Amino acid sequence: MFSRNRMTTTALGALALCATLSLTPAVAQDSTDPIKLTLHDWTGQLITTQIMGEVLKKAGNNVEYVQADYLAQFAGLESGDLHVAMEMWETTGRDAMDAATATGKVENFGATGMKAKEEWWYPEYMKEKCPGLPNWEALKDEKCAEAFSTAETAPKGRYLGGPVTWGGFDDERVEALDLPFEVIHAGTDAALFAELESAYQRQAPILLWIYAPHWSTAKYKGEWVEFPEYTKECYTDPAWGSNPDMAYDCGKPFGEIWKVGWVGVKDKWPDAYNAIKAFTIDNDEMGQMITKVDLDGKKIEDVVAEWMGANEPRWSQWIKK
Amino acid sequence: MTTPAIDSTHRPIAPRLDGGTLSWPWLIAGALFVLFWQYGQPLAKWAFDYPRAWQVPAQRWISNAMKWLLDSASFGLFTFTDLTRFIARLIDLPYQFALSLLSTGFLSGQGSSAVEVLPPLSWVAVIVIVTLMGYHAGGRKLALLVAVCFGFLAVFGQWNSSMVTLASILVAAPLGVAGGLLLGILAYRYPRFERALTPLLDLMQTIPVFAYLVPILFMFGFGPTAAVVATLIYAMPPMTRITVLALRSVPSEILDLGKMIGCTRRQMTWRILVPSAKDSLMVGVNQVIMLSLNMVIIASMIGAGGLGFDVLAALRRLDIGAGLEAGMAIVALAVALDRLSQAYAIKAGSEGAAVRTGNFLQRHPYTFAALAIVIVTGVVGLAVPALQHYPESLEVSTGGFFDEVVRWINVNFFDTLEGLKNLVLLNVLVPLKRLLGGFPWLGVTLLLAFAGWRLGGIRLAALVGALCLLIAATGQWEKATITVYLCGISVIFASLIGIPIGIACAERTRLWRWMQVVIDTLQTLPSFVYLMPAVMLFRVGDFTALIAIVAYAVAPAIRYTVLGLQKVDPRLIEAGQAMGCTPWQVLTKIKLKLALPEIMLGLNQTIMFALSMLVITALVGTRDLGQEVYIALTKADTGRGLVAGLAVAFIAIIADRLIAAGAARAKQRLGLV
Repeated sequence: MFSRNRMTTTALGALALCATLSLTPAVAQDSTDPIKLTLHDWTGQLITTQIMGEVLKKAGNNVEYVQADYLAQFAGLESGDLHVAMEMWETTGRDAMDAATATGKVENFGATGMKAKEEWWYPEYMKEKCPGLPNWEALKDEKCAEAFSTAETAPKGRYLGGPVTWGGFDDERVEALDLPFEVIHAGTDAALFAELESAYQRQAPILLWIYAPHWSTAKYKGEWVEFPEYTKECYTDPAWGSNPDMAYDCGKPFGEIWKVGWVGVKDKWPDAYNAIKAFTIDNDEMGQMITKVDLDGKKIEDVVAEWMGANEPRWSQWIKK
Repeated sequence: MTTPAIDSTHRPIAPRLDGGTLSWPWLIAGALFVLFWQYGQPLAKWAFDYPRAWQVPAQRWISNAMKWLLDSASFGLFTFTDLTRFIARLIDLPYQFALSLLSTGFLSGQGSSAVEVLPPLSWVAVIVIVTLMGYHAGGRKLALLVAVCFGFLAVFGQWNSSMVTLASILVAAPLGVAGGLLLGILAYRYPRFERALTPLLDLMQTIPVFAYLVPILFMFGFGPTAAVVATLIYAMPPMTRITVLALRSVPSEILDLGKMIGCTRRQMTWRILVPSAKDSLMVGVNQVIMLSLNMVIIASMIGAGGLGFDVLAALRRLDIGAGLEAGMAIVALAVALDRLSQAYAIKAGSEGAAVRTGNFLQRHPYTFAALAIVIVTGVVGLAVPALQHYPESLEVSTGGFFDEVVRWINVNFFDTLEGLKNLVLLNVLVPLKRLLGGFPWLGVTLLLAFAGWRLGGIRLAALVGALCLLIAATGQWEKATITVYLCGISVIFASLIGIPIGIACAERTRLWRWMQVVIDTLQTLPSFVYLMPAVMLFRVGDFTALIAIVAYAVAPAIRYTVLGLQKVDPRLIEAGQAMGCTPWQVLTKIKLKLALPEIMLGLNQTIMFALSMLVITALVGTRDLGQEVYIALTKADTGRGLVAGLAVAFIAIIADRLIAAGAARAKQRLGLV
């Protein structure tokens, strides 16, 4: 019985293999080695990567998912141990990405179509205590700032910024816009959202750095602070904006979310390379999928399969030879 | 390092007996320090803030050296990178085998086009095998414990991730043991090699892993292999140290016997020395396993996957329950592996050369039972999937329970906790941070060197002074003081909590047994699991970091206190009681005094544990050397990371040497040597 079962499995495997091979046109010169896509630890990225992976599988490519840290992965992308990273945020990963592309071993595969939004954010219930919001000038009011204060920062308000490594120029912004706030840096984004969850449960004051697409904007009701809109001059030219002596007197830039990868992908898997470059998705689609997974408790695989089913015309364009 | 470190057993002890207590030289040195600190600023500003112009550009040197090593270093026929990649491939072989056996099954082909040739061991088979091992090593009780631990993994839906983690432990632990054993034997044989090795071991144990992660990734490639290498660096030193100690303590009669019967050098090592030191060596094995499990989280960040990845991913979406379940799975693995290895150690110690009779099957009943189980479950598993994969419908989860618990505490007690936090923060932490930050680096360096001279002589003074100077010269002084402040205060809290608990447990066997479970959990549960709830209750900042460090560092304080008290000669206690001492007097005048050297060793370990938590606390927004290492990691800056990592190691070495010298003096004063 054992041997017979073995044989069927093998035979089935061989059949499956033939099936995939026959689907792929003979002109394809993609290597049969697996393309390694990196998985990080947030849902949106897992979804993006698995959609790309499933699409590449449909095109007959061999795909492998590798778990890797968002920033540590560049070591692997440079050496060719890893091949494709589907989400590199302009806002948080720019430095690392620039350093990696400068070596000539990592290539930018273009934008994913999603836009990263990052800004100061507060829960809706804070509007009562600080009626002028979302206009940033409301934060200049001392009473409003005090509503956001804690024992350590009083009478100044407390603004919870991202990890130091994210940059973001919040210290400069507070100074340039003369806001009565103190910037506290969270160490990781897990800590950031732990504080938000805690404050939201108690309906307590909090003002913090939130980014989207992310599940938090779907789970918690709140708004972004509206700063003067970002322009390039604002960051480089002190004369720009309300404070004539300092730069950074505006909001944060929106940024593309890039696809990056090992420079050798182009030669080794030319068709897959084109498909990866063609991949796009937008914020709303992604937001809905993230909500389905993180808040409705669906499995990532199911959500991805659902998307694949609903968007067949779209992804078949990407892999068209 | 400028001065070769001296092995603790051969530390020169200054003949003075007055050191350690307050005496004139100490008072004068202290007074000078205070005077300089209060009035020295206008006279010598450079002694307070290390001038930028004098800084050693060590970061750049290290980064350049690493670049050269990776890009152009060559041994003629092959480059350095070729060599490291070759080693990586060697390590990858057993890893792939273990992974196939436990998790993925044996595949032909790669990636998504792979076809399963042979399924992995079923969950039933694995549980039965480990249970058999438990029964073989420690009888029915151990078998039950191991079965419960592994059963937990299956029931809570952690099976797959656990097997991935187990596979990497199964590769890392034997390699760590073998490597440690070889280095230890070499060090035992060649004293010169030992002198060169000891400082290296110190560095391997104390530099935070994050600091050398980037170069390792470049050398060994991205993935589980690099994780195994990082684990080896971290987990091997204790094995090496224990090997040297164990071989040294082999009785000379046995050595003489070996010489008499004409052993060659090789026979002497493998037939005489290693077998007679087996007991102590097993302690090293145990340490390697535990330390390897400590690395699970970090390993998952560089592609090892497994339980560490589950913990991180769960906490990223703030699913405290899921994070805790994955964390407890790590604890269950640790407890099972630890108890198994300990039982084998005891068994190896007590078992003589038992006469084995019967045929092959009778001699190896356990092996055969295990093999039979593997085959039977493998075959039946093809027909009954539930036997191969634990059915999802039977999985249990705590679901949102723990999230609710945290929410309840948060909603009802936040203000009380906040008040408590502010009390500690504003009255203890902040003033202390300011105080330490204001000290002149030159004054601290000289004071520590003075302490080194009083406690251990001129060589210790030179070592301590040189290390302090190096911290200042590489521009790390300010961050180092924050590090010392955070770790120092945590160590004080951990000792204040740990030593009384240790005293309470020392005489109550049952309590001690429970406490051991608690300690093991604290030591192996990834701190990330309780760090996020702590952030919810105490916000980000130093106080949350303090909680995390104390929770981790309290374990050695308890353990060594119990060890010390239990070792006190009962005759001395009886004598004390006969003289009419009250229980309080027996405790303070006899027991604690005699246990002092062990308690000091516990303090030493508490400091080491606290320092090793630094990188984790960087994740809740501290501004110390840990944060520096973390930033360097995210920017892939090898030089910056290693310089900060070395500064952490220097702090650890200074503390270690001073305390060891102090403990040696205390021992001498008490007449224990």
